[in-house]
Amino acid sequence: MSLDLDQTTTETQTATVSKAGLSAKQRMRRHKALVYTLRVVLLVAVLAIWEISCTYLFDDFYYSKPSKVWNQLVVWFTQGTSSGSIWVNISATLQEAVYGFILGSIFGVVSGIILGRSRLLSEVLAPYIQALNAIPRVVLAALFVLWFGLGMTSKVVTALVLVFFPVFFNAFQGAREVDRNLVNNARILGASRWDVLRSIVVPSATSWILASLHTAFGFALIGAIVGEYTGATHGLGLLINTSQNSFNAAGVFAGMVICTVLALTAELFLGALERRLLKWRPPAQSTGATAV
Amino acid sequence: MSLVVLDHATKRFMTSSGGLHTAVSEVSLTVEAGEFVAVVGPTGCGKSTTLSLISGLEPPSEGTATVAGKPVTGIPDGVGYMFQTDAMLPWRTVLGNVAAGPMWRGVAKDKARDQAREWIERVGLKGFENYYMHQLSGGMRKRVALAQTLVNNPSILLMDEPFSALDVQTRALMQNELLNLWSDTNAAVVFVTHDLEEAITLADRVVVMTASPARIKDVFTINLPRPRNVEEIRMTPEFIAIYSEVWQSLSSEVEIARTTGANRVA
Ligand SMILES: Nc1ncnc2c1ncn2[C@@H]1O[C@H](COP(=O)(O)OP(=O)(O)O)[C@@H](O)[C@H]1O
Ligand SMILES: [Mg+2]
Repeated sequence: MSLDLDQTTTETQTATVSKAGLSAKQRMRRHKALVYTLRVVLLVAVLAIWEISCTYLFDDFYYSKPSKVWNQLVVWFTQGTSSGSIWVNISATLQEAVYGFILGSIFGVVSGIILGRSRLLSEVLAPYIQALNAIPRVVLAALFVLWFGLGMTSKVVTALVLVFFPVFFNAFQGAREVDRNLVNNARILGASRWDVLRSIVVPSATSWILASLHTAFGFALIGAIVGEYTGATHGLGLLINTSQNSFNAAGVFAGMVICTVLALTAELFLGALERRLLKWRPPAQSTGATAV
Repeated sequence: MSLVVLDHATKRFMTSSGGLHTAVSEVSLTVEAGEFVAVVGPTGCGKSTTLSLISGLEPPSEGTATVAGKPVTGIPDGVGYMFQTDAMLPWRTVLGNVAAGPMWRGVAKDKARDQAREWIERVGLKGFENYYMHQLSGGMRKRVALAQTLVNNPSILLMDEPFSALDVQTRALMQNELLNLWSDTNAAVVFVTHDLEEAITLADRVVVMTASPARIKDVFTINLPRPRNVEEIRMTPEFIAIYSEVWQSLSSEVEIARTTGANRVA
């Protein structure tokens, strides 16, 4: 009986939302269409300005232009590159980035959560972590090529090192900001320390961790490419390096375009993963935010 | 031996400025099995702290807390605690939240879920098993918290202003249901509230606490017959008589809390 009361309130709420939402929905859709159109217009305009200015004003030997970049891409995909089929190079870079990403994320999450839950350990290690974080880590790529050779390992390690820190810091913060109330409640209900870690600390750090994974994959790609650029037998970084050495600006741009596509694809996967893992969260109030 | 005994329990906290703040001072209180004790006092006086001493979440600075004959060191067996603010896991469904307690206590998953379903039905949430917390109203969330606590069959039920955030009608419904559910058990209840009407409606004894630091000022025995209907009992002359008697004791403390609170703001 009492339940009916609660139910009716939620029902009336949803009813009003959907009634008022009709026209708002249409406005939303029109707004979205406008945004997408303007995005395309912007892209076309930038490419057109680049193409025209480099045809008539500047030297396209240095600055290249979209049509040349396109031609370079066509050549790579149809005739292959100086270091073999383009797919071999893409798959090399992708593998290095993905392995580095996975390993770096695992290390980052585990050490972030351990330090986030252990005050003594985090206080002892804090200055060292700050120092390590302050190192310009891209430079390590050179060292890793010396240590691990031209093969995949040196790139995976570079990517791992770049991925580790953002994931670590977010996992650390997430593990620290766990609601004490939730922990106390769980302890009263019978949770052991391990239960608290597994059922409360990890899930509440998850949204922090997932947020860091977006930037982290970008770092993984950077790590792989910088590593290849420093010395490799395959990969997009090598293609960019080779293009640079032969004064082929279009080749550098073409390599960048492929990297961008890889990063955006990964972003789609991570977005889907995030939505799946965080489906318990209340939906963001997107209508309110965009309508105003 | 009484089920719950606080013996000259005192609790001090470090303040942010480095001083000591006494939240609870020399509180002695006993609660028997099956007894419903309400604790009233002005907001901020130290009621929640008193509950945390019984639950073992905070150790007393002086004095002792004893539950079922054993001094409280960790969380005692048989304690259930409904917190003042929601403490359910937002990433678990209603079913997942209610089944959590039994599973953490070693009950097999299927069995824990069966027990959870039974309690979800008893608190009137059948059909909402797969909802997440943000999809529920405030009253429904309190029902989840109640089911989550009761599924463990606590012999001592600590409740910290569980219904204060609810609207008047929902609160009365929840109070009635609490009395119904409790009457099937032999649990001791310590129910903290700042609402005197609620305290008298529900309890066998009402403990009045002083303004900060919390000391026990008076204890009143409420001899209203059970079973009680919370909405009807408030109209009876017996209720009104005991209400004005307890209010005599409580109102001066509320006044003190108000003036010191006002001074602090000013
Ligand atoms: N963990 C804590 N650390 C420091 N001070 C606290 C803590 N818990 C409560 N207090 C202080 O103790 C006093 C009593 O708090 P509380 O027991 O929550 O009051 P009530 O529940 O009666 O409103 C308050 O002044 C509060 O600031
Ligand atoms: Mg309180």
